Amino acid sequence: MKTILSGNEAVARGAWEAGCKVAAAYPGTPSTEILENIILYPEIYAEWSINEKVALEVAAGASFAGCRSLVAMKHVGLNVAADPLFTMAYSGVTGGFVIVNADDPGMWSSQNEQDNRHYARHAKIPMLEPSDSQEARIFVKLGFEISEQFDTPVLLRLTTRICHSTCLVDLDDRIEHQISGYTKNIKKRLVLPAHARLLHIAVEERMKKLAEYSEKFLYNQIEWGQKKLGIITSGISYQYAKEVFPKASFLKLAFTYPLPEKLIREFSRQVRNVIIIEEGDPILETEIKAMGIKATGKARIPVCGELTPKVIKESFNIKKLDINPEPAPVRPPVLCPGCPHRGVFYIINKLNLVATGDIGCYTLSALPPLNAMDTCICMGASITNAHGLDKALGKEFSNKMVAVLGDSTFFHSGITGLVNAVYNKGNLNLIIVDNYTTAMTGHQPHPGTGKLAHGETGKRIPPEDIARGCGVEFVKTVNPDDLEETENTIKEALEFDGVTVLVFRRPCALLLKRKIPYYVDSENCKSCNICMRIGCPAISLTSIPGKEKEIAVIDADLCFGCGLCAQVCTCEAIKLRDIVR
Amino acid sequence: MSKDQNKVTNIVICGVGGQGIILASNVLCSAVFNRGFDIKKSEVHGMAQRGGSVITHVRFGHKIHSPLIEEGTAYYILAFEKLEALRYLHYLKKNGKIIVNDRKIPPMSVLTGQTKYPEDILSKLNDRGKVYLIDAEKKANELGNERTVNIILLGVLARFLKFDPDTWDKALRENIKEKYIDLNLKAFNAGLKLKSENQS
Repeated sequence: MKTILSGNEAVARGAWEAGCKVAAAYPGTPSTEILENIILYPEIYAEWSINEKVALEVAAGASFAGCRSLVAMKHVGLNVAADPLFTMAYSGVTGGFVIVNADDPGMWSSQNEQDNRHYARHAKIPMLEPSDSQEARIFVKLGFEISEQFDTPVLLRLTTRICHSTCLVDLDDRIEHQISGYTKNIKKRLVLPAHARLLHIAVEERMKKLAEYSEKFLYNQIEWGQKKLGIITSGISYQYAKEVFPKASFLKLAFTYPLPEKLIREFSRQVRNVIIIEEGDPILETEIKAMGIKATGKARIPVCGELTPKVIKESFNIKKLDINPEPAPVRPPVLCPGCPHRGVFYIINKLNLVATGDIGCYTLSALPPLNAMDTCICMGASITNAHGLDKALGKEFSNKMVAVLGDSTFFHSGITGLVNAVYNKGNLNLIIVDNYTTAMTGHQPHPGTGKLAHGETGKRIPPEDIARGCGVEFVKTVNPDDLEETENTIKEALEFDGVTVLVFRRPCALLLKRKIPYYVDSENCKSCNICMRIGCPAISLTSIPGKEKEIAVIDADLCFGCGLCAQVCTCEAIKLRDIVR
Repeated sequence: MSKDQNKVTNIVICGVGGQGIILASNVLCSAVFNRGFDIKKSEVHGMAQRGGSVITHVRFGHKIHSPLIEEGTAYYILAFEKLEALRYLHYLKKNGKIIVNDRKIPPMSVLTGQTKYPEDILSKLNDRGKVYLIDAEKKANELGNERTVNIILLGVLARFLKFDPDTWDKALRENIKEKYIDLNLKAFNAGLKLKSENQS
């Protein structure tokens, strides 16, 4: 049976078909839909773990039990999970253990463009790279088999265009995989130095065996075409290269670490010129050149940005496109109409505070007109960066500074930083913008919501309870829709000596029903433009007859009815729709 | 569709995050799949969806490799917003067709006065292809639900693809909750029949 699936849906399907029983993930674009789809299969226990390190360790524990387990995360998530990753390579597996990792070339929704193929080499873990959804499904299944055969975790590496592209996929039935059960084995799982020294030797032996396996791996394929040009490629780059060089010979690599050296030599010997087409860093190129093979790659193809057929063509001067994009004003993403974060950032801007920021929808508050965020490094860094600034510059500075992060980010990586600030006598003003969900990635639950992955009710853990438990003495929960209360509470927190935590809680606008829209009474509008400073996409300026200056106008189709604009308006021009009726 | 084995049909669907582009493209994909073509679709999620510019690539034919449409090769652009039609106009094949919703959503840079919303979008679109200007919002309001704009616009595109009605009916049912299916079937059929604003 055939259907159409995205790469992420196909990974979920492959895990189900392989008899996987435990899966864990933290949401992150472009990997989120992997677990979202696994949740749909009742045979698999699935959880949203609070971060990627936790998720990887949960899946590793399930593997200890002899259960096929999977963990999924975006590229930067593997940085968070790197600690258990490296040691799991030593410890090995009992049940098959597949780590799905999705890179984001072009940074559609990420803070960096790291190439996670490096992790396979660094951690000494075999890597599979599918080039479409069909292979994604198959490689998850093969990943479990390789994992069990070689006693190693397996990395399945995706990229945005694999995750979020759909294509035809064959479907198989699920084959149940029996959980073998737990057997104590401290030489394997208790990785202290005496054991680890032996395990490291075993890892090096394993890599040799995996290299032999790679030579025979069915999906490391040669497609012979004209022999004057031989292209070595993998993943999505294969699809692009096929479009650009339909007549060339191809060595399409799927088992990309360790590489099949003999196969690469054999292919290269039979073609006149070798071109290596890969997105990101010159990883294949470096290894292939180290084999003494002459090849062209990154000398022509850019390291930065997403690879496309157009980029390949331009790199090899194949076709100069005479069509250029029309100049058009950019349209970056914005905080939605009715976003509960808007008022908080309006006040941060109004009070001219330094705001160390974090990863989430609220990072968008850095853009004009709110201009309310100074930093964004990684999950949780708002708190710790603020603490460092405080220690370097003192209270005179930190009394005018806030650290801002979202509820899900707080659970992910904020708690350790908060404990650290309390313990080390910091002067931290933490604002948790709590929209009761993980909004940016599409509304996944977290401990603050008390909902579990499948929708059932679990234990709710409010962030303010955690703050009090961490020893924070000034903790308040505030309604962000009340601008006056928002401003007063932030001022109060800034004046408090020590660590403060303010939780601004109102559910994400996308989870609520829209209320009655507001409108601008053109008689009253004095064109002061103060409402434009909140950065609401529903408010714009327009010319009307009889008014010299442009006045504000509210798009009733976009207006959420939060009333923030009415609170900032000083001329009583913004009114609720039903008043006129 | 052409019987040519090598022909690949490229369709760009673009607009502003939140306009229902992904659902419309999913329905299109189901229809194409039901017709037995090879198909690839590519889109982006996450940060790019929050009111930002969104583009979905849909390609189908005998055999498709790249999920991305190359600039200058799209037969159709289905734009849910005028500025977004302009932004992705360079994807259009010479004399391709542009179905554009008569809707203006100013980006934040325009709202804050840093830039101006371009005035001459329709003339630029006309220079490059055949333009079908559609007032989908008006039609959606007539149907009593503004959320049907995406399916109305898909209906307009469907006119050119010449798949049989059953193909579309099935595709819509595969992607839309039963509760909303009647409304969306109505919206789709309204789109099929909708006259463009710039035609007599």
